[in-house]
Formats: sequence, structure tokens, C-alpha cells
Amino acid sequence: MDLTLKIWRQKGPQDKGQMVEYKVTDISEHMSFLEMMDVLNESLVAKNEVPIAFDHDCREGICGMCSLHINGEPHGPDRGITTCQLHMRTFKDGDTIYIEPFRAKAFPVIKDLVVDRTAFERIQQAGGYISVNTSGNTQDANAIPISKHNADLSMDAAACIGCGACVASCKNSSAMLFVSAKVSQYALLPQGKIEAKDRVKNMVAQMDLEGFGNCTNTGACEVECPKSISLENIARMNREYLKASI
Amino acid sequence: MTTLNSRVPEGPIKDKWTTYKDKINLVNPANKRNIDIIVVGTGLAGGSAAATLAELGYNVKAFAYQDSPRRAHSIAAQGGINASKNYMGDGDSNYRLFYDTVKGGDYRSREANVHRLAEVSGNIIDQCVAQGVPFARDYGGLLDNRSFGGVLVSRTFYAKGQTGQQLLLGAYSAMNRQIARGKIEMFNRHEMLDVVKIDGKARGIIARNLVTGELERHSAHAVVIATGGYGNVYFLSTNAMGSNVTASWKIHKRGAFFANPCFTQIHPTCIPRSGDYQSKLTLMSESLRNDGRIWVPAKLEDAKAIQEGKLKPTAIPEEDRDYYLERRYPAFGNLVPRDVASRAAKERCDAGYGVNATGEAVYLDFAAAIHRYGSEQAKIHGIKNPSEEKIIELGEGIIEAKYGNLFQMYEKIVDENPYKTPMMIYPATHYTMGGVWVDYNLMTTVPGLYCIGEANFSDHGANRLGASALMQGLADGYFVLPYTIGDYLADDIRTGKISTDSPEFDEVEKSVKDQLEFFVNNEGTHSVDYYHKKLGLIMWNKVGMSRNEKGLKEAIKEIQEIREDFWKNVKVPGSLNELNPELEKAGRVADFLELGELFAKDALDREESCGGHFREEHVTEDGEAKRDDKNYAYVAAWEYTGKPSEAILHKEQLEFKDIELKTRSYK
Repeated sequence: MDLTLKIWRQKGPQDKGQMVEYKVTDISEHMSFLEMMDVLNESLVAKNEVPIAFDHDCREGICGMCSLHINGEPHGPDRGITTCQLHMRTFKDGDTIYIEPFRAKAFPVIKDLVVDRTAFERIQQAGGYISVNTSGNTQDANAIPISKHNADLSMDAAACIGCGACVASCKNSSAMLFVSAKVSQYALLPQGKIEAKDRVKNMVAQMDLEGFGNCTNTGACEVECPKSISLENIARMNREYLKASI
Repeated sequence: MTTLNSRVPEGPIKDKWTTYKDKINLVNPANKRNIDIIVVGTGLAGGSAAATLAELGYNVKAFAYQDSPRRAHSIAAQGGINASKNYMGDGDSNYRLFYDTVKGGDYRSREANVHRLAEVSGNIIDQCVAQGVPFARDYGGLLDNRSFGGVLVSRTFYAKGQTGQQLLLGAYSAMNRQIARGKIEMFNRHEMLDVVKIDGKARGIIARNLVTGELERHSAHAVVIATGGYGNVYFLSTNAMGSNVTASWKIHKRGAFFANPCFTQIHPTCIPRSGDYQSKLTLMSESLRNDGRIWVPAKLEDAKAIQEGKLKPTAIPEEDRDYYLERRYPAFGNLVPRDVASRAAKERCDAGYGVNATGEAVYLDFAAAIHRYGSEQAKIHGIKNPSEEKIIELGEGIIEAKYGNLFQMYEKIVDENPYKTPMMIYPATHYTMGGVWVDYNLMTTVPGLYCIGEANFSDHGANRLGASALMQGLADGYFVLPYTIGDYLADDIRTGKISTDSPEFDEVEKSVKDQLEFFVNNEGTHSVDYYHKKLGLIMWNKVGMSRNEKGLKEAIKEIQEIREDFWKNVKVPGSLNELNPELEKAGRVADFLELGELFAKDALDREESCGGHFREEHVTEDGEAKRDDKNYAYVAAWEYTGKPSEAILHKEQLEFKDIELKTRSYK
């Protein structure tokens, strides 16, 4: 298929940036979206032009490195996947595709489609852990039985890959889904309960400090999340936060 | 001249590690505050090491080329992590895990290291649970296990199909705790480009800030390399796009020996390639072989019809299917080790029985498992005389609960529903058992320079068993290195801060800078990927699943030619002082082009078949790998002398005191 691409180009953080049009031809429907970008970049290198910078690494939907706002949606039109898992069969011959970086005040653009997501790092550092030393001299792993139900819910929350699609999809650029997934993972396990109050307060405080917006329950984050992290996590975090505050 | 000393402690194998720990030098807590350690790479090995060293009190500087430690490629490990907990009561023990690993590695690993690995394996699970890793549990609330290839017990702990992710997030959370305390200084989007030695000891690194392009000097009392394997030498592999050999190769060029480069794991269950544009291959977890049956058509005409798209696999009756693993290896069946399963798939495809348009794929079929689980569920739910549709519906539910994310991944890539039609799979490069040579302390041949996780060569011999990579990465990082490094650093308590303002740092930084400048100024004709793909094709065709003398000699010559052309005609657009992914790739491919040659040389030198290394000249009458323990029961450790072709071979003779050397049989 032949496609028209309108891609955000920005030389660096200080540059104003603009959309630039490119054409690609003979794209196979079996290609992944990023392989299509590879083809475009190879053609730019051949023409002595600077290729388009975009983040990517594992290309199997788990590292959370790839981003991209495609036709107005983080990770593109398909559901439950990341950009690297998006395949060209989702598009039609002759389509025009708009490709932009994730947009949020807390995610400044570094170059072209690459954004700085270290705000997420600082939120995790504020309390996204259990304070146990890694000596291995803990109790036996089976000493505390954990209900399968809670273990499974904890796993569902822990599946978050930290890509930032929730922030990019939110009209308020809120990071509530991301933070609540981490808070929930620990809140659902006995090991996480000991520090639960401090954790939720510190992580939320850091989230606010980073300039993420507030949650107004629109639910776009859940729809766009490549790992289908549930909104129930936000409700759980709000409960945890309330408990911690009174 | 450097000589090899494995520093394996004396004494019975069961007591070696315990006794050694009792006698090792320690650094007191006050002195640890004056000692700096650099950790390069933040996957399971690097992340767990960084966190633990910081907890102990050392000042750690950690480096990752991604924008967060959590994105290291350990995250993509799917199936699970082994530990000899024997929670299932099926006869597991430290000895059995040790034995399985040595046997699975085709008797080319160091016994003492493997036994230590088995000893600490249980601790890893305790540790991870304490950190909040949400492992799968059964209804009683206790941890669940499953089985992996090459073993007869169920010792694999898992978190859905995302075990690597959950373990890495555990290590990452431990790192975050130390980053918050200021004990780890984290350098995201930084790539180590060389190591700096002072008076023969590793004392720092040169790293490039990938955002600004600046070169930075970092000093430390010890340097730990935890940068993973070199599978991307094949261009197409299940590794991440950025996975590279640069850190390992640069330290090799500065004195660290590189061991057994030809021991590479080709994983049997990956999604087959579909076109020239392909950028990477995707693994389908080995855990699928618990329930999937592997087959190809028994009749050549059926295989032809499938290749031409005229026949559907579901239309082939049971008696016309060849379940070749079950036929050839009745004892282990579909759960033979990876090297055996991969070669068997290649054998069938080479004989013309492959499926897919390329003829390079076999089926992994879940129909029988769906039926089995469905019937069981019908009984559990008290459904009498369930219809075929009901059984399938119930069975698919169970398969979805077990492997849902993998099935979804497959469907997104291939556009076929694996619940209804068999998956197509084919072997792909996945893991490298070879790597930087280390002694029992995990120290390389350069004092103060350590190498852990997949980047070192130590524990898996010539073939790694499933779910053992996660175990080794975390064992090295949490429980081995933090002890052994103290033995070395105990002599450094009076050294004080290492200055980066020295001729040694000047010289290494200059050589790094010269190479980067060469790339952006070369104005050649071909892109970096052009060379990487060419290299990959040679590696796959001549140094891949099956190797012979003629092919290996050709490969060496062809790699030399490509390398020469690369240094004349490579084109890298953009400039030095900016985010420049093409420039990053150029440096990595330059190192792959050297490693590839050493890899082929090592394969040529090893005149036997063992594990992942299969030489066509050395096979038994029934086509199985034929090992030569008399002449090749050694680790080939290569010393760099200026060119890969002139590398000097050092042999570490392997001793098997606790396990009898015998032909590996899974029949």
C-alpha cells in the first residue's frame, strides 16, 4: 500500500517543531508500524536526510519504550497493544496517517517523536517499592498464603509497562492510572500493606509536583492503555489515599 | 601474560559456597561509604546488583541506554524462573537442579558455579515474594509451578506470561528505593563506550549521554558489566532492537577474555519471519510446549499443498500428521531441551515438510489440550454429555487463562486465531550462553572488572534450559556478586576517590571520540542497517543452527570483507551533539562485525557437536549431536591481540567430579 505520513519533526527541546509530510510506497500489510517507520528512515538516510527519531526497543509490547500518537490516539487505532505491535493491516492503501509525540506538560519533547518520561521515574522513587533488603534472608515464600483473587488482581495492576499512554490520552494529562496501578499492586498484597499509607501519600504528592493534571473520570486512559489496566485501580488508590489522610 | 585461574574453592561441592563465604574478605560498613562501583546495564543482573550493592553501603553509579532501568530486555522474558523449592513434592532438590542444568548444558559449564546457582535459587523466590512480585498462586493461596523443557519436575515459578517483567520490576523497585536514598546515581539514556584501566585495574568508563551527545568520564573502584547477550549479531533475533555487545566487546579489547562465543541458543518456538523488512523476531514462550503438540504433515504432498496455500492444517487427519518430537524422543516428547527441539524442526523443514509459504515453519497445536481441559472442566462443572462445542468453549477458557497474552500477541502479528488453527513456529536466535570469561568470583581476567548475567559465559554450558536465565541473572546480582566483590574491594579501602583527570582517561576518551567523529564525517554510501543485515544473513546461514568447516571458513572471510567495506562506506547522518540513533547503531554494528568473526572462529575450532553448537561433521548414526569429551571438555577463552583472526585461545579444562559425563539422551 502507498501512504502519506504527516510526522512531527522537532530538532531539540528548544525548537518550535512542525508537521512534515512524507510518502511511503509498497508497504506490506504484514509490516509492523515501526517497521514501516524503519523503511521510511532507511529512505531518508539514502537521501542524506536526518532520520526521524522515535523511541522503541523490545518490539514485542512489553518494555514500554515505544510511544507515538497515531491519528490522535496513543499507540494508534487498535486496542490492547503498543505501537510496536500495531500492524499495517489496520490501515488502507492511500491513507494519510498523522504521527505525533505523546503530548503532556510533564513529558517534554527531546527530539522529533521522543519525549522525556523521567517524571514517572521520580514518582516510583517516591514510594513505589517495599522496603525490604535484598539479602534473601526473608521468610519462606509460602509462609504467607495470598488469596488467588488478590494475587491475580495485583498481577493485573502490575502489568503496567509505564509507557505513558494514559497521560497522553487524558485531556488533563493526568497520571492517575499509572500511579494507581503501582499503588494497587502493593495494596493488594500483605507485603505491601505495612507502608501503604506513606506510599500512597508520597507517590501522589510527587505526581502533583511533576505537573500532571487531575483526574475527572473521563476514562480515556483505560481505553487507550495497551495493557488494559482497569479504572478500578484509580478507585482503589482514592480509597487508599483517603484512608491514609484521616 | 594473563593466565586462567577459575578460583574455584576446594572442598566438597555442597560446601564450597558456604565455606568460601565464611572465609572471604569483607569491607566494613564505614569503609563501604568510600568505595564507588559502576554497574553498566540494569536488567535482572545489573538491576539486582546495583540495588544490593547500594543497600550494603557502596556508592553505585548505574547506566542504562533506555530511558528507565525498567525497560531492559529482561522484561521480555515470558515463561518463568526455576528454583529447587520442591513445593510440588515431585522429587526436586538442589542436586537435581544442579544436575539438570549441567546435563542440559551438555556438560560444558563449570560445576561449582552451577551448584551455587542451585543453592541460592530458593532464596530468589523468597526475596521476590517479599518485594511484592505477584507470582501465580493456586486457590489455597500458595505458589504455583509449571514444567519446562529438559527436566522431569515442575520447578518453574511464573507470573502469567510476564515473569521477566515482574521480576525486573521487583529489582527496579529495589533500585528506586536506593535512588531515593541517593545511594544509586542513575544515568538513563547513557551508553558505555569503553572501560578505563589504571595500573591494570578497571577504574572507570567513558559513557555517552545519548540525549546531548556529550562524552562523560566516570571513575570507580570496580566496574560491573551486566549488558546481556549478543544475539543481535544475527540481526534478526528475539533480543530488543538496542541489545548489543559493545560493553562486552570493548572490555574484551582491553584484556577481558571472551569465552565460548559459538554457544548460542536458537529457541524453537518463535513466530516465523514474513519478509525482508522484518526488524526482529518474537518469541512464543517455551511454556506453550506444556500444552502444545508440535507436528508437520507426514506426507510430502500435503506439506506442498499447505505451502501453496491449497490445504488447511485442520483438514489433515490425525494419521497423516508427524508428531516428530514425540516420535523421536518418547521420554521427553514436546518438552525436549531447546537445542534438540530446534534442530528437529530444521531437519523436518530441510526435508521439505515445513509449512508456511516459506516452508520454514512447523505447527504448534493446542487442539488436544483444549479438548482435554474442556472435558475436565465439564466434569468439574457437572455437565453431563457435553457437546463438542461446549467442551471446546470450556477448554479454550483454560488455555486463555494460561497463555492469553501469548495467543493475543500471536494473533496480532500473524493475523490468525491460534485457538482455532495451529500456531506456526520456527527457531530463532534467543540467548547467548557464551560471553565474557569470569572466575568463581564473577571477575573477568581484568582485576576489578566483573561480568554478570547473560553477558558472562558461566552457568549454562552449551545450552541453557528454559527459565534458567532469570534465575542466573538474579542469583548473580542479588546473592553472588555482592559477596565476592567485597573480597576484591577489601584491598581498596585506603585508595580514596579515583580521579578522572588522568592520562588513562584522556587516552580512552580520545579513542572513543575519534571513532564517533569518523562515523559522522565519513559520508559513505550505505546505511548501518545495510551492513548489519548482511552480517546477520551470513551468521544465520553459515554460523546458525548447523555448521560445517567449509561454511565457517567462508563466513570468516565474508565477515572480514563486510567489515572492511563498513569502515570505508558506512553512512551516518546527523551530528555528534544530539540524540542520534544512527550513530548509536553504527558503534554497535562495528563491534558485532568483529565479534561475528571470533564467533565463527570459535565454532570452527570446536570440532564436536554439543548443545547449541552443531557441527555437521560430528553426528551420531541417528543424527544426534556427538560430543567429544576427550578433546573438548574445556571452556574456550579467547584473548584479544589486535584482530579477531589473531585471537589467542586459552583453555579452562572442565572437571566433572560430581556428575558423570555421559551422552545426553532425552529418548
